[in-house]
Amino acid sequence: MKILLKTLSIVSVFIISFNASAAGGGVNLDHADTDITDEASLQRGAKSFMNNCSGCHSIELMRYNRIAKDLNINEADMAKNLMFNAEKTGSKIFSSMPVDGANKWFGTTPPDLSLTARAKGTDWIYTYLRGFYADDTRPYGVNNHVLKNASMPDALWQSKQDKSELEFNREVRDITNFLDYVSEPVKLIRYEIGVKVLGFLFILFILSYLMKKEYWKDVKYGKWRAKD
Amino acid sequence: MDNNKNWIDQRFPLTKVWNEHLAEYYTPRNFNFWYFFGSLAILVLVIQLFTGIFLTMHYKPDAANAFASVEYIMRDVDWGWLIRYIHSTGASAFFVVIYLHMYRALLYGSYKAPRELIWILGMVLYIALMAEAFMGYVLPWGQMSYWGAKVIINLFGSFPIVGDIILEFILGDYAVGDATLNRFFSLHVIAIPLILVVLVFLHIVALHTVGSNNPDGVEIKQNKDENGIPKDGIPFHPYYSVKDIVGVVVFLMIFSSIVFFAPALGGYFLEGPNFIEANPLMTPDHIAPLWYLTPFYSVLRAVPPMFGSQLPGVLAMFSALLILIALPWLDRSKVKSIRYRSWPYKVALGIFVVTFVVLGWLGMQAVTPLYSLMAQIFTTLYFAFFILMPWFTSIGKTKPVPERTTEK
Repeated sequence: MKILLKTLSIVSVFIISFNASAAGGGVNLDHADTDITDEASLQRGAKSFMNNCSGCHSIELMRYNRIAKDLNINEADMAKNLMFNAEKTGSKIFSSMPVDGANKWFGTTPPDLSLTARAKGTDWIYTYLRGFYADDTRPYGVNNHVLKNASMPDALWQSKQDKSELEFNREVRDITNFLDYVSEPVKLIRYEIGVKVLGFLFILFILSYLMKKEYWKDVKYGKWRAKD
Repeated sequence: MDNNKNWIDQRFPLTKVWNEHLAEYYTPRNFNFWYFFGSLAILVLVIQLFTGIFLTMHYKPDAANAFASVEYIMRDVDWGWLIRYIHSTGASAFFVVIYLHMYRALLYGSYKAPRELIWILGMVLYIALMAEAFMGYVLPWGQMSYWGAKVIINLFGSFPIVGDIILEFILGDYAVGDATLNRFFSLHVIAIPLILVVLVFLHIVALHTVGSNNPDGVEIKQNKDENGIPKDGIPFHPYYSVKDIVGVVVFLMIFSSIVFFAPALGGYFLEGPNFIEANPLMTPDHIAPLWYLTPFYSVLRAVPPMFGSQLPGVLAMFSALLILIALPWLDRSKVKSIRYRSWPYKVALGIFVVTFVVLGWLGMQAVTPLYSLMAQIFTTLYFAFFILMPWFTSIGKTKPVPERTTEK
């Protein structure tokens, strides 16, 4: 029994370490280091996203008023400053780009970004947005380290030019953080609820253990103790 | 109260059923850690049925709407995210619990006479559970749902002559599409759950007829006192019901940790590419089934195509699954429990556990020459465990089995 448990643990350690070393082939991704609890970062990210990304990219699984509520942004302010493509705050967030135009201008439709952070990971987004470099063979004069021959132009070029590297990285981190939130809005609350649930279960564990111990006195010393 | 009970008992055997299966079902007193997983499996089944009912209220089984309806549940339905995460985590938890439950049977020889039928019913349950999980995974209609379904269903097309007919029968079309999604939804929410519930009932009836095995592999019914109660038995209720409640709470703590803190569990419980909607025109770089199917997927990939057909691999995969049913007759040992078995069995079981885990891991990886070779070696070891079992269970010296359960 103990030997079996030992074998199991050795195997699992072996598997985990092997797995870790085998993972991550291809491009080296920088660590995004985002913090979903950092509300200011999410607000800045929302602003950057609406100004730089939402012209071409939808996040159609998200509604304006949900963002306003979750990120503590006044709904009227949101409508005035961040809502460019819709009439009502309850609308889903669509880009302003027509599909025909997109195909003509970029040869493809810019993908919806609602779930990109879940599908590709925050590190991917963070590295991709910082991964543009000059390449004259491409239609927009830029190529990307992470996604070779990306159809997308370097939408953040102005920030990259005007800001220090530190500030630029922070802006990209904020956008990444915002997209992480967009991919799973409940991430903002589920940790907190989880702590409460575990606390409740821990108390329940103590009580259920004491109940078991009380009943099993019968088995150890009482009516159901081992006979002869 | 007693009057009411009499009224019911004259019309329905309420007290009789209660006594036979709980209050006077005598259970060996020496159950250990490994005996929590049967009741936990029932718990997970109930969790899945219950959360499934609520998911069904909001999900749309339609290729055009399925993906968006799952995200609608995650975002717009009150507490929908929690129900969905409990259901998705529950699917993996079900297999964790079932694998440990089956391993317990291997440790203590619970499949041996007179419990062969319990084992067979359990194996049918396990296969039904795999079908249930596979079809459920198709429903969110992400890239892995679609391409995983395509790979697995196409396996059935490799049978000669009837392959195409079977394929069309499963798909309801010539390719994975709306018709497939719709029928998988039907099978996932009604047909297979019904089968599962009936099989669980039969599994328990069979168990309560012969009585539970225990870590010593001693038949407690062979030693009864003057009242006909096994000397090493205690009533299931309240003693094991209160003990199982502790197990349930510990399980729920682990379960909740995953649901609230890591519902995707690093891609093992919810794969990243499945957050991209199914696209028949874009094949993902790497298609892997979820972890609980990967040992058998490895066996499939280990066998190379012969005569331009995938059939040998498919047959190997199904044999790997079905050979488990023969376990009660392959095991020739006179003792049940690992505590008194001869050393060759202990070694073989150790190798088998390593084999199963490594095959599972390999099934998640992209194919490389090294991994293919490893898959072939471990597939051979997998089958060797069963084919050589009649031999290694009959050699070596077993320890004497005690008359009664040993006290701890």
